[in-house]
Amino acid sequence: MYDSGKIIPGLIIFVLFITFPIWYNHGDAGAVPQPELPKNVKECVLPITEMRSDHMQLLNEWRDIVLRTGDRSFDVKIGDKMYQKSLMNTCMECHTSKKKFCDTCHTYASVKPYCWDCHLAPVE
Amino acid sequence: MDKKRRDFLKIAGVTTLAGLGGTTVVDRLVSGSSPVQARAAQEVDPAEHGAGEQTAAAGHGEEVVKSGNRLGMVVDLRKFREHPELLEKVRQACHAEHNVPDFPNKKDVIKWIWPTGFENAFPEHSTYHLNESSEDNKVPVFCNHCDSPPCVKACPTRATFKNKDGIVAMDYHRCIGCRFCMAACPYGMRSFNWRDPRAGLDMNNINRRFPTRMRGVVEKCNFCAERVGLGEQPKCVEVCGETKAMIFGNLNDPESEIRKVLKENFTIQRKPSAGTHPSVFYIV
Repeated sequence: MYDSGKIIPGLIIFVLFITFPIWYNHGDAGAVPQPELPKNVKECVLPITEMRSDHMQLLNEWRDIVLRTGDRSFDVKIGDKMYQKSLMNTCMECHTSKKKFCDTCHTYASVKPYCWDCHLAPVE
Repeated sequence: MDKKRRDFLKIAGVTTLAGLGGTTVVDRLVSGSSPVQARAAQEVDPAEHGAGEQTAAAGHGEEVVKSGNRLGMVVDLRKFREHPELLEKVRQACHAEHNVPDFPNKKDVIKWIWPTGFENAFPEHSTYHLNESSEDNKVPVFCNHCDSPPCVKACPTRATFKNKDGIVAMDYHRCIGCRFCMAACPYGMRSFNWRDPRAGLDMNNINRRFPTRMRGVVEKCNFCAERVGLGEQPKCVEVCGETKAMIFGNLNDPESEIRKVLKENFTIQRKPSAGTHPSVFYIV
């Protein structure tokens, strides 16, 4: 190979450069987000693990049931109180801060849901 | 490679035959199976998108399980003439309830209910030597929630649809802002959000129980579906209150108040020749 003295160090530098994000972070995923949970309520619509993984499907289902089939009844049971299927009027009733709850994980995971283009977050 | 002309012609002939035969076989298979496949696709599709919703666009069937209701309204223009301030009060209450923005530029205006002249509201009616009270007084106009809504037929995403109670509703999550519905509506009752509607709202003083819209969607009166669904009256009807200037109810229920009013009074509809069967009636 001609010019191997230049090509091989060049390749090594290139590989190091493109893997920079990997070795610079040492496989560290950064600080795990700590969403602030409501203090006075212990229960949510579903168990906490299901809410963590499936809240977006739940919101989509609620949206379709409320808008499309027009079922606006108070049929969501949290603790011993009944609530409407609503992001603004039910979820955000307990989770009073979008910044301290929704945004913590969404920013971390770089998820940009378009809920708040129309729906109103609680005043903070 | 050493190819003879004879071999070349043989291979070319066989390939041509295979090609022709192959396409006919494929065509046969596709034409034989396509209706089944298409129907299957239509049946699966709505389940993914809208819960309980069936093939409306495909089969022109029912969209959701209908309640058999057809909600409608009677607007008594005599009462609006008696209370000249009422129309503006209704307009403001509706727009405040639904966070309808206020843009001064005429091109950007969003409106759900507003006053217009008699000749604009009822262009099919003769206005030759129109009586003075009709000439001088405005008519409140808003979505007619037609029984055969042309906007619903025009919508490519089914963002606008007729709900179980006959309300022509909007699903802003689905609206792509194509404005076909605006072109289809013979009454011009729809507005397009050219700008971010929040720029035209006083964000410290809005109804926090109802969402705003976003830029690039079409909006209109929703017959207060969010209130009616909870058993309340639409906001405009509530504001009119005891004046009974607006009467809301189920047109399919012969015992309802609205049917009584329709039985007792001569009413007109807007552009009946458009064939849209409006659910809003006017007592002139």
